Amino acid sequence: MNEMAGAVGAFLAHYNQYITVFLMVAGLYIVIARGNMVKKLVGLSLFQTSVYLLYISAGKVAGGTAPIVDPDIAVYSHPLPHVLILTAIVVGVATLALGLALVVRINEAYGTIEEDEIFARGGEDREDV
Amino acid sequence: MTEHLPALQVVLPLFGALLAALVRRPSAAWLVSLAASVAAFAVSAALLAHVLDGGVITYRLGGWDPALGIEYRVDILNAIVLVLVSGIAAVSLPYARLSVAAEIPGDRIAWFYAMYLLALAGLLGIAITNDAFNAFVFLEVSSLSSYALIAMGRARRALVASYQYLIMGTIGATFYVIGVGFLYMMTGTLNLTLIAERIAEVQSIRPILAGIAFILVGISLKLALFPLHAWLPNAYAFAPSVATVFLSATATKVAIYLFVRYVYSVFGASLVWVDLPLTPILLALSIAAIFGAGTVAVFQSNLKRMFAYSSVAQVGYITLGLSLVTVPGVTGGLVHLLNHALIKGAIFMGLGAIVFRTGRIAIDDIAGIGRVMPLTTAAIVLAGLSLVGLPGTAGFVSKWYLVVAALDLGWWWLALLIVLGSMITIAYVGRVVEAAYFRAPAEALAGVREAPLQMLVPTWLLAAATVWFGIDTRLTAGLAERAATMLVGGLR
Repeated sequence: MNEMAGAVGAFLAHYNQYITVFLMVAGLYIVIARGNMVKKLVGLSLFQTSVYLLYISAGKVAGGTAPIVDPDIAVYSHPLPHVLILTAIVVGVATLALGLALVVRINEAYGTIEEDEIFARGGEDREDV
Repeated sequence: MTEHLPALQVVLPLFGALLAALVRRPSAAWLVSLAASVAAFAVSAALLAHVLDGGVITYRLGGWDPALGIEYRVDILNAIVLVLVSGIAAVSLPYARLSVAAEIPGDRIAWFYAMYLLALAGLLGIAITNDAFNAFVFLEVSSLSSYALIAMGRARRALVASYQYLIMGTIGATFYVIGVGFLYMMTGTLNLTLIAERIAEVQSIRPILAGIAFILVGISLKLALFPLHAWLPNAYAFAPSVATVFLSATATKVAIYLFVRYVYSVFGASLVWVDLPLTPILLALSIAAIFGAGTVAVFQSNLKRMFAYSSVAQVGYITLGLSLVTVPGVTGGLVHLLNHALIKGAIFMGLGAIVFRTGRIAIDDIAGIGRVMPLTTAAIVLAGLSLVGLPGTAGFVSKWYLVVAALDLGWWWLALLIVLGSMITIAYVGRVVEAAYFRAPAEALAGVREAPLQMLVPTWLLAAATVWFGIDTRLTAGLAERAATMLVGGLR
């Protein structure tokens, strides 16, 4: 019984890693399985978000606080992963913005944002420029 | 001044992009881009000269210690890549003015040049940085601007091609950054040199292997390694001509550089060549690319897409050389990286000139083009022969090194496959030659004149280079061999 409790405890202690993996796989699945271009972008964002959690978890120091210098505090979380992820968030926002802008243009050009309908209409286009 | 050259390499095109977006007038934006690209080329040439004299240049951005901050590092390998990328960017710009004016609406031309310079800054950044995460940021800078460049194509399918590239490219970049995260957790640093030092001391090898797998798959998506190439053909086919020239000659090449850097300089021999059997995997995928994508290229009617599939096949030759882990093999891969950039630059410039004069790109629409645009067509055919690997051309030099490398290992079957692959190249280049010279001119070609001098000169400059580097190989094979010796000799 104790062994089992220990195993459950060890499992729960890494709960952030399981959330990371879940977000990663769920996001990637949406990108692959959905034909709606906006939903695909949502999946892509989810996939990218999982990486933020991956890095931030690694930067956490047990008992440490936010890395803001204060004379009363001795233990801080590692600031470098936070800085990296700040950059990655900016990249993610830019990617999502560009992707959504493309979807708006695609909707104007094709009248749909469903991938299969767009490919069905691709045959109408001429093979020139 | 000279000690800040590594920073200037990236900063010049970066601020050029800002300036090009601010001036808004098409001609002014073009002039800014030309100045920034030529300056970037001068900087990379100076860096190469330094490296050839005195070994390795390192540069600490903001004076931070490399363990914490970002470090730029230039050795013979990335010096060559920097010269290639900035050189292609500079040569493409004189060509770009007319082509862009014809293909892009007037109010977006300045944006086009801003994106062009941003892509250049990103690609140069990937090549020069010695920091794993910084490489990710530059990867995204160059990718996001490439998506925008591709979306500016005239056909509505350019938008879909750009969207698909965005999805695939972002998955690739995210895989890369996941892998970097694993390496960072296990080694505590993002500096590539320090990772290489510490990676051997790590006790639990599994997270490292997972990280390596993520990084290699991520970069393979960006370099269009078969079967992760699905984004490439439509992106190159529907992008504006100048964007196709620039991206086909540089974007995949820089991704290949990053691959080489990780596999040879960072991970160490035992991890990738023993624990992960990279040679057979990479070799099989390379051969599949050469034959699979090559065969698909033969049956394309859109010429831009034909040579886009050809790019996937040619990337196969490059990765084939890299998978052999011998000095001749890596030399062959690297020299083909350079030669293929020149060849594809020349071919896509020629095709862009045809689009400029005729507005057509389907092979049946431009039948007989050799009679109305003889100089442009001759440049395409010359570069095409180099692609085949005709003796006396640059392509022959690459294939020669690859065949020698295969025979060195006693793998005669591989040498045979390399030669057989060239037969497929003959098939699609032959289709172009047949349509261009041996068919009656198509109706669409009535009244079409030769391309303007501004487009012909850069096209012929690259086409002539593919012949020049077939005869005088000091600058290509010579430097590639030095880089390969450093890489293979440095394996631990």
